Amino acid sequence: MVIRPESLLHPRPAGLYCPPADAYVDPTRPVARAVITHGHADHARAGHGVVIATPETLAIMAARYGEGFAGQVHPLAFGQSVSRDGVTFSLAPAGHVLGSAQAVVRWKGLTMVVSGDYKRRRDPTCRPFEPVPCQVFITEATFALPVFRHPPDSGEIARLLQSVAQFPERSHVVGAYSLGKAQRVIALLREAGWDRTIHVHGALEKLNALYEAFGVDLGPLAPATGAAKAQLAGAIAIAPPSALATPWARRFPDPVDAFASGWMRIRARARQQGVELPLILSDHADWDELTATIAELSPAQVWITHGREEALARWCELNGVAARALALVGYGEEGD
Amino acid sequence: MRAFAHLLDRLSLTASRNAKLTLARDYLSGTPDPDRGWALAALTGALTFRGAKPAAIRAAVEARMDGALFAWSYDYVGDLAETVALVWPARPGANRPPALSEVVDALTHATRPQAQALIDGWLDALDADGRWALLKLVTGGLRVGLSARLAKQALADLGGVPVSEVEEVWHVLAAPYGDLFAWLEGRAARPDASAPGRFRPVMLAQAIDEAELTRLDPADYAAEWKWDGIRVQAVSERGQRRLYSRTGDLISGAFPDVVAALDFEGVIDGELLILRQGVVAPFGDLQQRLNRKTADAKLMAKYPAGIRAYDLLLEGETDLRTLSFAERRVRLEAVIAAAGSARLDLSPLQSFTGWDDLARLRADPPPGDPRAAEGLMLKRRDSAYLAGRPRGPWFKWKREARRVDAVLMYAQRGHGKRSSFYSDFTFGVWREDAEGRRHLTPVGKAYFGFTDEELTQLDAFVKANTVERFGPVRSVRADRDFGLVLEVAFEGLQRSTRHKSGLAMRFPRISRIRWDKPAREADELTTLERLLETMG
Repeated sequence: MVIRPESLLHPRPAGLYCPPADAYVDPTRPVARAVITHGHADHARAGHGVVIATPETLAIMAARYGEGFAGQVHPLAFGQSVSRDGVTFSLAPAGHVLGSAQAVVRWKGLTMVVSGDYKRRRDPTCRPFEPVPCQVFITEATFALPVFRHPPDSGEIARLLQSVAQFPERSHVVGAYSLGKAQRVIALLREAGWDRTIHVHGALEKLNALYEAFGVDLGPLAPATGAAKAQLAGAIAIAPPSALATPWARRFPDPVDAFASGWMRIRARARQQGVELPLILSDHADWDELTATIAELSPAQVWITHGREEALARWCELNGVAARALALVGYGEEGD
Repeated sequence: MRAFAHLLDRLSLTASRNAKLTLARDYLSGTPDPDRGWALAALTGALTFRGAKPAAIRAAVEARMDGALFAWSYDYVGDLAETVALVWPARPGANRPPALSEVVDALTHATRPQAQALIDGWLDALDADGRWALLKLVTGGLRVGLSARLAKQALADLGGVPVSEVEEVWHVLAAPYGDLFAWLEGRAARPDASAPGRFRPVMLAQAIDEAELTRLDPADYAAEWKWDGIRVQAVSERGQRRLYSRTGDLISGAFPDVVAALDFEGVIDGELLILRQGVVAPFGDLQQRLNRKTADAKLMAKYPAGIRAYDLLLEGETDLRTLSFAERRVRLEAVIAAAGSARLDLSPLQSFTGWDDLARLRADPPPGDPRAAEGLMLKRRDSAYLAGRPRGPWFKWKREARRVDAVLMYAQRGHGKRSSFYSDFTFGVWREDAEGRRHLTPVGKAYFGFTDEELTQLDAFVKANTVERFGPVRSVRADRDFGLVLEVAFEGLQRSTRHKSGLAMRFPRISRIRWDKPAREADELTTLERLLETMG
């Protein structure tokens, strides 16, 4: 008997549902049993009965929501698996942020992979994406338009450091999402040889400490409070994007507002947000990575969860891959 | 091309003048000839190609990728050059990225079909930023906010010379400006600026007030009205007729009616105005003709431009700048009379016996054009014409600003350094409706005039008294019983159909914050309307 993939996973209002195991992947509302791919708020919500995720993701959820974020937690390291009613779940690295995973679901010879959010390029703060052969690949599509082709990270960090050298009397405040992007920007700066203290906004401190506890070395960090304005000339600070252009930023001398995000590829976006130095650093796969991953895995079917589904579906059509858009709602709220 | 692309990228997102100067100066000092010269020409609008058309570029990309994917991409980005730069499906095996000068050289000599093939090859070799810069360059869309004025200042900074020296040679130079850079870097003498039709740096006046005036001898000075137009230099020299702004930007194209009237041989300094039967029209009329490349017959008929002349720098081939103002004035009067054009008249000198006498004239100008003037100009009769703003020979004695007490209604976030503050303030005055109820009606917007400390106080007031938010704008509580009164100073009033109040202010600024004054005691719209009547 041929198993229809929809029997193993299909969209429901709460998210992708697996009927034989009575479990959801990244549900957007509280459910009895959830497999969580990574710690971003739109994928990892509090209030589930049982949560299956990597130890890193569980630690991130505990840091964000408090220890009692779920009835019960089930840590699942990469390479381990757990079975329920004939369905086997395992997690494979997704390369998105610390602990981020693809959910691999196997049942009666059928393998389906839910990518979660992922990227293919190197990231010093997390394990790289591992391709898992499968019949159905369920992919994100945040940057699924041919205009999104992220440049190399090293060039973006070099532009930041060049600007710091060019405007030594000003400070540079880099807006970066607090989970993943902030730590990656810091790690990339360290790789580029920036060994001075990096000032960080208070909202980042907990996650920075968590990254360090998992072995990601971020170098000397300090809060931005307390330092004299003049001492902050030539400094680099990292803050959540929402802290740019707020009273918090007034402590810096004539700050250059930078923003590390894949959305910064589009000039109008940078302009609208008043960003003076856009840094195109994304934790999501760009167009080339998305299409190359589908070509590499060569699944029988591609399902597209969230983002710009129509363009990726069109590419699949042009390349002879069966594709469908799942029209899941509730993802992509944390931005990039 | 990489450095040029990087410069464009930064300039396009940088608002601060100083930061732009730093970026431009660093680029010019760090880039070799002739690339930097071509970049300068491109940025100041001195470089155009006939090679590339947006339609051809679009066709080239659509030949390489799926039409639907391109359409979605263009729809998303909204700018053709940027879309093509991002999506361009490069073919492997491209050459190294071209230098800017290679692009300029090749396109200058190419036919249109050849040009498109060249562009395709360069797009293959460049990265996304480089492609964006190339496409903006070849399609003439380089609007990145670097004015010619700023570019000249960056050059002056580079060479450590006054900007007037750069302005003086600017119009005899041609891209890629090797001689200019050689001079600025001390490798050669200043380029010869004697070509006909060139710009001469203008002489500017210092501001003065009544108290300072008393130290001067009224007999030494000539007085004339300070006209409310734009300062221009009209050149007619050995067949070259040109109209320049006060910073040496060529504006002939927008004023062919004025250029045609330059029937003299020499250089006139004067005020560009809209003149109808010799009467000055409001500044708003002149604005209809500014910042354009050309003007059509209809526009010129509706807004006829002319020059009110006040100085003569060159007569025939004689440079008059070392002569006294009085001597130049006599010659100017003769030149204007000989030209005999309605588009060219004289700024009349005002006779006065002493400073008190002149103060009365300034406070209560006679009916007609002087009512629209911004104040008076005082020029030492023995002054030579000197570039820049020398201290002493010329003064501007502006009319006292008008003041009105208005109520703060809306506040908007500022930009750059002020982006965390509510720093743009819309204010209104009371107006009575048909049933006799009083409402506030907005009359203007101001974003300067206050100190940093006052800005912090205003910002706190806005945040504490917000009624509604609309994106970056907040409305604040403003009614009979509560509101913040701002004393607003402004230079002039005009009728306006754009504003609900029917009025528009010139140069409004906040002169005082009246924490003490109850909102209900702020001024009425009728006060402003009466003021408008008396301002003619």
